[in-house]
Amino acid sequence: MCAFVARYHTMIECKNLSKIYQSGDMQTVALNDVSFSIEKGEFVAIIGPSGSGKSTLMHILGALDSPTKGEYFLDGQEVSKLDDDELSQLRRDKIGFVFQAFNLLPRTTVLRNVMLPLLYSDTTDQQREDRAKACLAYAGMEESKFLNLSNQLSGGQMQRVAIARSLINNPAIILADEPTGNLDTKTSQVVMKAFQELNQKGHTIVLITHEQEIAAFAERVISIRDGIIESDIKNTKK
Amino acid sequence: MIITDILKETSWSLSANKVRSGLTILGIVIGIASVITMVAIGQGAQASIASSIQSIGSNLIIVRPGAQKSGGVSSGAGSSATLTNDDASAIKNEIANIAAVAPEDSKRAQVTAKGTNTNTQIVGTVADYAVVRSIVMESGTFVTENAVKANAKVAVLGATTRDDLFGAGSDPVGKIIRIKNVDFDVIGVTVAKGGSGFTNPDDSIYIPITSSQHFITGNTFVSTISVAASDQSSMADVQNNISDLLLKRHNISDPEQADFSLTNQADIIATASSITGTFTILLSSIAGISLLVGGIGIMNMMLTTVTERTREIGLRKAVGIKKAYINMQFLAEAVALTFFGGFLGVVLGWGASLLVSKLVPSLTTQVSMSSVLLAFGVSTAVGIVFGFYPARRAANLSPMEALRYE
Repeated sequence: MCAFVARYHTMIECKNLSKIYQSGDMQTVALNDVSFSIEKGEFVAIIGPSGSGKSTLMHILGALDSPTKGEYFLDGQEVSKLDDDELSQLRRDKIGFVFQAFNLLPRTTVLRNVMLPLLYSDTTDQQREDRAKACLAYAGMEESKFLNLSNQLSGGQMQRVAIARSLINNPAIILADEPTGNLDTKTSQVVMKAFQELNQKGHTIVLITHEQEIAAFAERVISIRDGIIESDIKNTKK
Repeated sequence: MIITDILKETSWSLSANKVRSGLTILGIVIGIASVITMVAIGQGAQASIASSIQSIGSNLIIVRPGAQKSGGVSSGAGSSATLTNDDASAIKNEIANIAAVAPEDSKRAQVTAKGTNTNTQIVGTVADYAVVRSIVMESGTFVTENAVKANAKVAVLGATTRDDLFGAGSDPVGKIIRIKNVDFDVIGVTVAKGGSGFTNPDDSIYIPITSSQHFITGNTFVSTISVAASDQSSMADVQNNISDLLLKRHNISDPEQADFSLTNQADIIATASSITGTFTILLSSIAGISLLVGGIGIMNMMLTTVTERTREIGLRKAVGIKKAYINMQFLAEAVALTFFGGFLGVVLGWGASLLVSKLVPSLTTQVSMSSVLLAFGVSTAVGIVFGFYPARRAANLSPMEALRYE
């Protein structure tokens, strides 16, 4: 249910993206004329130190923020011109988020957390539940934990739930923002393996991180510094 | 789909966070219940004081015959004979807002009973006199309408007169007294009232006004007419109307030449209205302070949950839920909490008021609809505003800002 057919075409296309923050007289250039594209089925890590502009880039890719200049196409749709509600719609239909802080609803069952993006959509309760269960199984969550409360889970389990949630609308891309930032090394490896598996099943994944070892799980690494792309390397190991 | 989703989300969110919901509801319950109870106690106290003042007779207007003037020599108020029984009936029949009218024809006289005698005030009057002067019977009955119609030779003794004639604490009902050589049957004794001004109502004998005019005074006139207005606020109107009516009946065009005078217990009225005024201020302050305290409690509860809720709103936005739906859900939550808490608060406040009445029998609390509406209205307004406004603000943040909110 959450898998889709791999078919090569451009998923993300950025043309001359700039983001300038204005506070008083101070201008901060967070992104400076960045252009790149990501094909369907790629596993890309965007890496850079803090202040490099990678978070800004991630916000723009995630339709959480709009660029000051330039164009951004997601799955063929121009994003930079959309209003707030259209952006919400786009996030729901095309983007699955995995956050560093997991961001699960507290005191809420695993199942309900995964169903959250389906709220107010045109689906029955039964459909929502079926899809959530399928995605949880797909993300490697044991069925016995489906009705556990989110705060009773370990960090690794929480991130699996978050991954299942990101898959629920069968998104065009999965955007993971420092997904291992709150996890120990061993759990990080497990979660990254899970992302690799998803990628092998055909999902396009964009990973934001500042750790070289985490970026090594991806097949392509874009490193960014001072708002410009420093390097864009295919990972030859893979 | 959208409506049911919002309702389900609301009920789930409130029941999943039981402590948070419980504390918020508690704040609202306490706020509303305290306003209702405090106002109920205050109004009970006000009513009890008002009725005490009422029993002194603050609604009383006394009509006396005017001074008789002949060639510039005045013989003093009350000396002329200008008021009649018919004047009294006219006042009773033609003027609105009157509770009772009692004409009075009185004279001091020697009274004898078996072997004892005393000199006391003989008051000829009608049944309404008991209402006008707040007379309560210790035993027997007061002068009745029928006794007045029938010129009956019956007498009601004041407590002091009873003591003088028959001995303290005795029950003389059924015995006979003799006033000016006429035998009267004793039909009742009044409860001792204590002195009021120059006349002592306990040292009096009450007989039907017709019998008094027939057997004792020989008058066709009455010495005073006492009028009880139905309430204190209509006193001024009633007094003016009586004056107009009597001027017309006595064919006098110039009010200066009136052959009667009207007096009321102005000082008691002034005291009563100043007490009422003080109480109104007291009640308003109690209600105001309770509302303020309750409102701040509700506001605090609503605002302290904002941090957690802001992250939740950020997450909801990030996964693509539209702002309008987020707003609707939070509005629904605030409405549900405040209405549920408000309902409990009204029930609790009402119960507490009844309990106070039970525990303190002298204080009959009164729950007023206006205090219920005021408490409910203000608390729900505060609850909804402070439940909804921060959520709305959070929903307007960008999802990332909301998610990072500390």
